[in-house]
Amino acid sequence: MRLAHWGLALLLALPVLAPAQPPDAPPQTVQATLDAGQQERYRRLVHELRCLVCQNQTIADSNAPLAQDLRSQVERQIAEGRSDDEIRHYMTARYGDFVLYKPPVQRNTVFLWAGPFLLLLGALAIALRQLLRRRDAAAAPAAMPDRQALQKLLDEDRP
Amino acid sequence: MRFLIPAALLVVLLVFLGIGLKRDPREVPSPLVGKPAPAFDLALLGEPQRYTQDDLKGRPVLVNFWASWCAGCRVEHPLLVKLAGEGVEIVGMDYKDTDEAARQWLQRHGNPYRRVVADVQGTAGLDWGVYGVPETFVLDANGTIVYKQIGPMTEQAWNEKIRPLLQGPKS
Repeated sequence: MRLAHWGLALLLALPVLAPAQPPDAPPQTVQATLDAGQQERYRRLVHELRCLVCQNQTIADSNAPLAQDLRSQVERQIAEGRSDDEIRHYMTARYGDFVLYKPPVQRNTVFLWAGPFLLLLGALAIALRQLLRRRDAAAAPAAMPDRQALQKLLDEDRP
Repeated sequence: MRFLIPAALLVVLLVFLGIGLKRDPREVPSPLVGKPAPAFDLALLGEPQRYTQDDLKGRPVLVNFWASWCAGCRVEHPLLVKLAGEGVEIVGMDYKDTDEAARQWLQRHGNPYRRVVADVQGTAGLDWGVYGVPETFVLDANGTIVYKQIGPMTEQAWNEKIRPLLQGPKS
């Protein structure tokens, strides 16, 4: 029984333990014009920008022509000395916040960001209530009719 | 009473999922709607002069990003030809195409465009937030983008969304 629980937990944790690697990740062709720090920024940025035509791929993961265009834009703008925020702004000005994998915290995304925490609070409140109720029930002795019913059940079991 | 809260949560969830089903994830609302047309300065197909965003001002215009290699453009093309016949001014942005292929395509299928801008590198497309042809921008007389049609133009979009916008406040 215990073992089965652990097995199940392990099974559920598998996707976390081994993040899926796209089998055909396209080659990342970063020109030698970028220094090591700039290449690091390039890699981070292309992994947080969405490829709009390919649904749920970053522009780093896609070989769609648009993704290639956007990658080369990121590269060129880094080489021109633009900051990460300037590059992000360049993208959102054209494609909207949808292009960012991590949506910005603003008025229309408050619920998106706060929602999970509200759900967690709600779940904790319910769990706490249940625990308190169970403790109270355990403290109180079983009422007489219950005992009689139990005794009856035990008697029935005897041969 | 016990089931009221979970039932209410389920209804809320179902409503959200229902709305999600109705939406097309390929349609990304353009942040450019309500903004002036992005700048560009490109050669025209078959004409010696260049064309810029300023040339789009002064009257309502449809700016249609298309390409000879684009299948969806074939779908909308008869409608564009018909609209052009009714006097609607359409400027074509020939996206990542060669002049020769574009010319042949227009010869074969008809040319609904008052002007064809050759966006060979797709630079204007990038600045206009184009992520897949065909896309059509509706510009008012001030050169402001008032609507963006993603994917082929349809009779429905034209009649219900775009025509009312163009005929809107006549002052």
